[in-house]
Amino acid sequence: MKHTLSVLVENTPGALSRITGLFSGRAFNIESLNVAATLDPTLSHITLVTRGDEFIIEQIIKQLRRLVDVFKVVDVSEGEFVEREMSLIKVRAEEESRAEILRICDIFRCKVVDVSPKSYTLEVTGPESKLKAVIELLRPIGIKEITRTGTIAMMRERKTI
Amino acid sequence: MAKMTGKQMVIEALKREGVDIIFGFPGGAIIDVYDALEKDGTIKHVLVRHEQGAAHAADGYARASGKVGVCIATSGPGATNTVTGIATANMDSVPIVVFTGQVPTALIGNDAFQEVDIVGITRPCTKHNYLVKDVKDLPRVLKEAFYVARSGRPGPVLVDLPKDVQNGKAEFDYPQEIKLRSYNPVIEPHGKQIERAYRLIEKAKRPVIYAGGGVIISDADKELRALAKAMHIPVTMTLMGLGGFPGTHELSLGMLGMHGTYSANMAMANSDLIIAIGARFDDRVTGKIEAFAPLAKIIHLDIDPTSIQKNVKVDVPIVGDCKRVLKKLLDAVKDGGRPAEAWMDQHQAWLQQLDAWKKRHPLTYKEEPGVIKPQNVIEKLYEMTKGRAIITTEVGQNQMWTAQFYKFDEPRTLLTSGGLGTMGYGFPAAIGAQMAFPDKLVVDVAGDGSIQMNIQEMATAMEQRLPVKIVILNNQFLGMVRQWQELFYDRRYAATEFEMTPDFVKLAEAYGAKGFRATKPEEVDDVLSKGLEAEGLAIMEFAIAREEGVFPMVPAGKATTEMLLV
Repeated sequence: MKHTLSVLVENTPGALSRITGLFSGRAFNIESLNVAATLDPTLSHITLVTRGDEFIIEQIIKQLRRLVDVFKVVDVSEGEFVEREMSLIKVRAEEESRAEILRICDIFRCKVVDVSPKSYTLEVTGPESKLKAVIELLRPIGIKEITRTGTIAMMRERKTI
Repeated sequence: MAKMTGKQMVIEALKREGVDIIFGFPGGAIIDVYDALEKDGTIKHVLVRHEQGAAHAADGYARASGKVGVCIATSGPGATNTVTGIATANMDSVPIVVFTGQVPTALIGNDAFQEVDIVGITRPCTKHNYLVKDVKDLPRVLKEAFYVARSGRPGPVLVDLPKDVQNGKAEFDYPQEIKLRSYNPVIEPHGKQIERAYRLIEKAKRPVIYAGGGVIISDADKELRALAKAMHIPVTMTLMGLGGFPGTHELSLGMLGMHGTYSANMAMANSDLIIAIGARFDDRVTGKIEAFAPLAKIIHLDIDPTSIQKNVKVDVPIVGDCKRVLKKLLDAVKDGGRPAEAWMDQHQAWLQQLDAWKKRHPLTYKEEPGVIKPQNVIEKLYEMTKGRAIITTEVGQNQMWTAQFYKFDEPRTLLTSGGLGTMGYGFPAAIGAQMAFPDKLVVDVAGDGSIQMNIQEMATAMEQRLPVKIVILNNQFLGMVRQWQELFYDRRYAATEFEMTPDFVKLAEAYGAKGFRATKPEEVDDVLSKGLEAEGLAIMEFAIAREEGVFPMVPAGKATTEMLLV
């Protein structure tokens, strides 16, 4: 089962490395990882997507909490939550495909953020499934380069972490 | 407030934390702290011969005394040499603080002379670690280091001190109390969980207490004894738990697991309720996990939530300090108001069954004429020391024979590397223990293999005039690996036989210590008494049966009921 964890950590050097080291050292896997500062500059927010059965997820959460730098861990995927990911996709845009790309762009509400005679760079935002769909549609046309932010997530309604 | 240099802060913090002995080895990047130490002159420094020895000695000091052990090393190789000692302390939850020198902050990352990223290297094997980049942070870091090392589930903390931080100046505002928002170990157990646990215990017909190192770390031995006695529940211990419950107590089943007693492993396999206290269901204890304790419900007390439900499914988890949890459980027993006879009646059939198992397959070995049996040496050592010595061990057969045949009645009297299994631990740990207790008898039980891994500390012990006694069970083999090769690898003794071992008696003499050797059974008593009574450091070497094995044995990956008995 896929789980999305929100982790608040002290914004200190080495904190991220402790977390990634924990995952590699204990053979847990990381599907995606996103780190950025929070409103409180002394804390960073990590969104981490991982997989495992309930025992493994329980261990992952406990092991994370055990780290001295980790302030809070919440499995946001336990309840209702929203998740988003953004991707920049540079796609080959020759004469015959330019219109097709723009059509896909329109359907998925992507933005063209850079144009060159031979390529478009698209900005796509949405849940992972949407990104997948866009990528699959663009792949036959020719994706030259792709970068993704990894998932960020938030619990719905009034809950905060 | 007056300003202070970083190096002075280190010394000042040691004093405020009550540290009066440290173990270390100097070098260019830590020379400034050494200078401050020398100028101050109030803290005893034990100069080791290898930094691994310093880390193990600090560990032995901590395990024997319950206080935080401290060691100090220089940057680069000095720091990396402490790593095995740090990992050893980490696996066995021992509170030590390790100070390492580091190249000046401006040079970090430049591949400077004797530079290594020791904070990066030790991240997975410390409880926490710090690279101090600004001397202003140092007072807080020092306070945190000791607090984190000793609180919750204890462990090693490393503080890396760049040279310019040692010499930089700042105000020394040492916090009295400390509170970390991201680190709050749970000490008090949840009342509901105690109730649930008691209800299970009330119903159990075949309960067994499975006690680990947590009992000793939290000084909960008295509470454990009271609980076992109040309800007539038998107790088995892990290697780390030996001494947490008296080995000579009628309710003791001895050690369980791979080389545990028949009765202990049978108790676990047939129990309907396991009460795990400060133990972590290690693979050496459970054997094949699918076949482990199939009939039992499990109550698990531990201060570390990650230990619970890691390897086995638990029915009642209780997070908290063992001592507090046991006190609460004792209260619950009192409130329950059941008379002692009622508990006795309920467990009588079970206790009789355990007794029958004990009698059917007690710990034993075969005497052979003309050959010294290592088990016999340990038995004699136990008799002669009246079970009152602090025993350290190395790792392998020497460790298992000691665990089986020396009956530990008191906590903190067996110091052994259980989790990491570090050969070379025992002797430097004995030095640490002897520094903590100058008047106690401290004995390292070693094999001829492991004693050579930190033999250089003989000089340290001599220099400090420490009367540590070393028992070497010499079979000219790396015995435990040889035993596996004998049993599971068709006797192909790959790289386990020593064609050359030093003359340990002469070696002792070379260091100015005493050396004694026994090659025949009738010499054992004499060598032991001479060695134990000798003034100062002494080696007692016993030429033991070369291919003696440790039994019972549960082959790795097998169920604990599939014991090889001889």
